[in-house]
Amino acid sequence: MSVQTWTWLLVGITFALYFGIAIWARAGSTKEFYVAGGGVSPLANGMATAADWMSAASFISMAGIISFAGYDGSVYLMGWTGGYVLLALLLAPYLRKFGKFTVPDFIGDRYYSNTARTVAVICALIVSFTYVAGQMRGVGIVFSQFLQVDINLGVAIGMAVVLTFALLGGMKGITYTQVAQYCVLIFAFMVPAFFISMQMTGNIIPQLGMGGSVEGGEFLLDKLDKLHTQLGFNEYTSGTKSTWDVFAITLALMTGTAGLPHVIVRFFTVPKVKDARKSAGYALLLIAILYTTAPAIAVFSRTNLIETVSNKEYSEIPEWFKNWENTGLIAWSDKNDDGKIQYVAGSALSSKKPVYTDARGAHGERLVSNASDAKNELYVDRDIMVLANPEIANLPNWVIALVAAGGLAAALSTAAGLLLVISTSISHDLIKKQLKPDISDKGELTAARIAIFAAILIAGYFGINPPGFVAAVVALAFGLAAASFFPAIILGIFDKRMNSQGAVSGMVVGIVIMLFYMMKFKLNMFGGGTSEDWWFGTSPEGFGTIAMCINIVISVVVSRLTAAPPQEVQDMVESIRIPSGAGEASNH
Amino acid sequence: MSEKQQHATAYWKQNLKYLIILLSIWFIVSYGCGILFREALDEIRLGGFKLGFWFAQQGSIYVFVILIFIYVRLMNKLDKKYGFDE
Repeated sequence: MSVQTWTWLLVGITFALYFGIAIWARAGSTKEFYVAGGGVSPLANGMATAADWMSAASFISMAGIISFAGYDGSVYLMGWTGGYVLLALLLAPYLRKFGKFTVPDFIGDRYYSNTARTVAVICALIVSFTYVAGQMRGVGIVFSQFLQVDINLGVAIGMAVVLTFALLGGMKGITYTQVAQYCVLIFAFMVPAFFISMQMTGNIIPQLGMGGSVEGGEFLLDKLDKLHTQLGFNEYTSGTKSTWDVFAITLALMTGTAGLPHVIVRFFTVPKVKDARKSAGYALLLIAILYTTAPAIAVFSRTNLIETVSNKEYSEIPEWFKNWENTGLIAWSDKNDDGKIQYVAGSALSSKKPVYTDARGAHGERLVSNASDAKNELYVDRDIMVLANPEIANLPNWVIALVAAGGLAAALSTAAGLLLVISTSISHDLIKKQLKPDISDKGELTAARIAIFAAILIAGYFGINPPGFVAAVVALAFGLAAASFFPAIILGIFDKRMNSQGAVSGMVVGIVIMLFYMMKFKLNMFGGGTSEDWWFGTSPEGFGTIAMCINIVISVVVSRLTAAPPQEVQDMVESIRIPSGAGEASNH
Repeated sequence: MSEKQQHATAYWKQNLKYLIILLSIWFIVSYGCGILFREALDEIRLGGFKLGFWFAQQGSIYVFVILIFIYVRLMNKLDKKYGFDE
């Protein structure tokens, strides 16, 4: 069977499965809608958390980014896993004991203030929307790549699918669909990795193959370092970022992970405090399977790519190269007219993406109008490393199709989880808690469904018309979460003296200064600036660490200068520190 | 102070002690071995890996998983000891 047929078949089967589950797990009450009735087993919750967490970016882009960044890519690997340690040890058990539906709920109650709640809702919406727009785009890309439909139609199909299971099932439906999606995506990620690891190193486990040796007895990583040095790149295992910046980015990603509302809300869905801890452990274990495989795939595909294209005649290049060239993700311009591909350090293009003229060159290649003066002749989009990997390694058609189904599962599960957080923020935190406290359970459920519908339209709009800033801003959603929620929650649990004035001023200053830094250095507002002007040599991605520290200092200072929180709040802090008597997540 | 409150205070103290120990390990494997002391550790080899690089891309993640499960065990025991388990 052809790749096309396999893809339709596998995508069709998995989608039928998701719908089946959504119908089976319909939500009847707000409690089922928001926190799946609070009765999800730790393992199921761990799988759902893992699927929720691993987005299209983790599945498609991460291995590609690492493949081009080498050691520097470690910030994502450590940053997006280490946050779970913070979650399990510092947040999840206490928030579960607290026993409400949302993060703004906690902030609002702990800081006995509607201002605090509103600030938290706004932060949650900013973080979730920047994140979800990228997901819808990811859905569109996967559909268009594999099913040969227009990218906008791809986004529309994705919207319809997410909408169906989110509207029907709420958190309950989403949780059980995500369990299935986890299985699909991890299977799809691992199968090609096993094949390629076996092919290249003779060891079927990619984590071991990465440190294994290739034909001739040389270690794979040494060989890759040598190839890199020969072609003028930095050694793969060394990297180019400063030690401080690597430190700052990793810390911002870790604390950001622990502060992301759509991750935290997961721990409200299990029955007991004990289960919240265990569930965080399962989640990280299941995430670690993908996150320790990705760097191995990065090394395999990087080596494969260099060996396949470097100094090879364009006319003898394999078919996949030309396919991806046709979709616009590879570009080659024969700068020295020798018919061979020179792939060396330096940017092949004068701008970021290739601008193709309609003409074909002497060897049949697509001509570009923006080739640079650098010696490098080859442009490769980082996103194709995972998608093209099975083709580069000549794997069977069904494996290629499986990767498509996996990419879709990853993008859809994350989008659904985020949309639920957005709708909860609106129906529960804004309408029920502030605007219309006497709304009935049924009314609130209707409001939540309307909010999901509206949120998906907005997300779809951004997916179809991605504003230039979305791509730049998604990674910064972590910085925003680190600069706002993380300190407020941690201090709320561990510092009994922390009061409303302290937490609110900390959150506001933290998120404002983070937004300012992002806009200045990412979007060139407020006079812009280059990496030379960075404060303390910190990139915008790593600035969340500094903004978080500022938040903590301000919170502590302000709280000590103002009155202590009321006795009942201090009692509440005492009570969330003790695991027994958690009861069910409640609505009061 | 009632007995329950005494238990609660002792429980919290022990919990904080666990947190400090576990988070120190968390910090050392990732920020220490994987970032700050990476270059020194890269001189040591672990099969085909340079050790610092291995910590940054593999080792720290394995340790993270183990840390959470150790925490789960320690806390379950602590819950029992002070009668806070259910």
